[in-house]
Amino acid sequence: MTIREFRLPDPGEGLVEADIVTWRVAVGDQVQVNDILLEVETSKSLVELPSPFAGTITSLLVAEGDTVDVGVPIVAIDDGTESGPAPTSGAGVAGTGGDDTGDAGERVANLVGYGAKQTDTRRRPRKAAASEPEPVETHEQVNETFATTTPVSRRADHREPLRPSTAEPQGGPLPGPGPAGRETVPPSAGAVLAKPPVRKYARDLGVDLATVTGTGAGGVITRDDVEQAARPAEPSPPGPAMSAVTPIAEDQRIPIKGVRKATAAAVVQSAFTAPHVTVWVETDVTAAVDLLEVIKARRDFAGVKVSPLLLVAKAALIALKRHPELNSSWDEAKQEIVLKAGVNLGIAAATPRGLMVPNIKNADQLSLRELAEAFSSLVGTAKDGATPPADLARGSFTITNIGVFGIDGGQPIINPGESGILCVGQIARKPWVVGSGADERIEARSVTTLAVSFDHRLVDGEQGSTFLADVASVLTDPGLAMVLA
Amino acid sequence: MSYGDPELVQLLSPEGVRVDHPDYAFTGDDEQIQGFYRDMVLTRRLDTEATALQRQGQLGLWASCLGQEAAQIGSGRALNGQDVVFPTYREHGVAWCLGVDPLQLLGLFRGVDLGGWDPLSTRFHLYTIVIGAQALHATGYAMGIERDGLVGTGDAKRDAAVIGYFGDGATSQGDVNEAFIFASSYNAPIVFFCQNNQWAISEPIERQSRIPLYRRADGFGFPGVRVDGNDVLAVHAVTSQALERARSGNGPTFIEAYTYRMGAHTTSDDPTKYRLADELEHWRLKDPIARVRAHLTRSGGIEDDFFASVETEADDLAATIRSGCLALVDPSMVEMFDQVYVDQTPHLSEQQRWYADYSASFESDSDETARSAVETPGRQG
Repeated sequence: MTIREFRLPDPGEGLVEADIVTWRVAVGDQVQVNDILLEVETSKSLVELPSPFAGTITSLLVAEGDTVDVGVPIVAIDDGTESGPAPTSGAGVAGTGGDDTGDAGERVANLVGYGAKQTDTRRRPRKAAASEPEPVETHEQVNETFATTTPVSRRADHREPLRPSTAEPQGGPLPGPGPAGRETVPPSAGAVLAKPPVRKYARDLGVDLATVTGTGAGGVITRDDVEQAARPAEPSPPGPAMSAVTPIAEDQRIPIKGVRKATAAAVVQSAFTAPHVTVWVETDVTAAVDLLEVIKARRDFAGVKVSPLLLVAKAALIALKRHPELNSSWDEAKQEIVLKAGVNLGIAAATPRGLMVPNIKNADQLSLRELAEAFSSLVGTAKDGATPPADLARGSFTITNIGVFGIDGGQPIINPGESGILCVGQIARKPWVVGSGADERIEARSVTTLAVSFDHRLVDGEQGSTFLADVASVLTDPGLAMVLA
Repeated sequence: MSYGDPELVQLLSPEGVRVDHPDYAFTGDDEQIQGFYRDMVLTRRLDTEATALQRQGQLGLWASCLGQEAAQIGSGRALNGQDVVFPTYREHGVAWCLGVDPLQLLGLFRGVDLGGWDPLSTRFHLYTIVIGAQALHATGYAMGIERDGLVGTGDAKRDAAVIGYFGDGATSQGDVNEAFIFASSYNAPIVFFCQNNQWAISEPIERQSRIPLYRRADGFGFPGVRVDGNDVLAVHAVTSQALERARSGNGPTFIEAYTYRMGAHTTSDDPTKYRLADELEHWRLKDPIARVRAHLTRSGGIEDDFFASVETEADDLAATIRSGCLALVDPSMVEMFDQVYVDQTPHLSEQQRWYADYSASFESDSDETARSAVETPGRQG
């Protein structure tokens, strides 16, 4: 029997992969030519793929949900013929009659000028050339094309007789695959070859490019060549006397490492993979500040530091329960959005070592007092630089408090792996319109700015905005916690 | 304007009932209608087989004419032995009428050539991919045959017309409008045959024209007529009259064949993204083939074995197309130089020689030799 493989064709133009959506056949099914085997989805369309062979399905080589490269075998079909060539590569196609079928083995079924090639794409080796390479002449030809000594246009009625030119193959065999060797070709007497930035660099340094020997491929003058030429012929060793004469303060150069390096990597990763959207709201938190005093006066909160940040955190936890998208992460590898089971609430802390974001595990399960205690110990430990790695891992949402620096608001960068970060500004006494109708007046109130940045891949403007509105309303009217929690 | 528009010329209703029209009549007999039926079924089979071959990776692309068979066969069968066709890339049914080998159509879509048929002997010019460009070619050609004295002589064996095909989307193109103006100004012997299949890829016709397309002809100064493009008899009657008008030197006509593209724009397109399945179902009831079959069965008393024989013929055609497509030989790159000018220029000969030497300078099989191996029986890849 002959097993034929059907390779994923390019169902559009120039597509390289497709998602397997639904198999319409199962192993053991009999199919005729053009019976629909499966449905695939490409970046352009959802299409049905008909069978190129008649026979029995012997195996489905890819599963539903797989993303498959064009050219990969997706199904094996036993065409029922007893004889025939050894197991075919599957690229062969049925129906040409006789032995021709096997011959098509060289062709990959999907290749009609489009799509990924299954075949060897390495450069074919050239036969050894008979003639000697004449690189200089070639180089001059290249130079000539840049020359402006002859006009590039001509009169429409101007006719120049065709001159026979030598069209013999020139040069040695083309280089094989791999990194190109560094070849140095002396520049001809003609124009110099250098990229525009290098030309500018040379002009800035006062270097005449005509005097510079290019070491780049094809004799192109590189930046290094210009620098080399600009250096004094006899570089005098820098003596101690010189530094004494030039008391200009040196730039300080600090090696990038440790927390700085980690922070840099984290923010770069986050800023350039997660499309950030920031929304903010100015909020009257007078009631929350009043509530703080009530809490502080309670006996069961004795000995615990209670800060406005604690209430913000509580409000955020309440809002997160209603907006789980803000407590999720993007799994690129698995192409899944992970809604986290609990909230591991990160607190951005400025420590002597730099920015740390330790998090409180399962903060949503904690009572307000437990949360307050966790806060104190977390921040205290971080400031001591003693945060254990476990506290830094698996955060799911972060709060950053820039209000402590007397700042109103900002646009925070999401901690990588999370989907949102809440930024709390300073609580300032500000004039605020209260009351309504005839009772409308301006009062001094405690006002803060809340901002949330979220990853737009997971969170849309609606969810991000309503989340922030919930946080704000709980802080404006803490009684709402009874409604929203 | 709807399908039931009184201006729409219809001679065979979707139910397969012949209807009269004051200006147009189908004068052929049932045998001719049987011929149309066969043409349409075979065209549809060619079309579905080519679509399947594309889905199996054997064609790079295919532009399906599913649903437009009546417009193409009706007009294609109205051509005489001298008329010349300038198609888009979808006129597979017209190509069929003019005897172009379907495999040569496939060759273009498989990428083994750029249009392998002889446009002079078949009178079917090469497929034009650029939307609407062929309207100008057609008009120019029509002006040419008029100067050659092939129009209005009264000799049925001599008089010729040109028919230029395009779609509804092309009517928004400058080329088509320029062609209208030239055709009108020079009273060119041309029929502009627009298959209004309702969709310019994803753009519906309502977004492209505020008036029915056929009425645009008024502004250019020649008659326009809207015909039921799914009615092969009406299309044949209307096109015959328009072609006769052109051949006799009375100038251009614009025909809007009101039809529907039942498939995708091309195999690279997914129409479910922009149109409702409901619309397709609506048009399925107006299928151009079903109504002819209904007519032949009910009124013509044609027996089932006729339909069965056409089906068998269609299956055979499909098998021939399939095997022929798979056996199409990839061209040698060297040949491309041969197909630029009628008379080869010395400069190109030089380049061709150079390229041949270059190809020969490789140690292993070049692409050409590897591909030509497909021809060689018994070679195991």
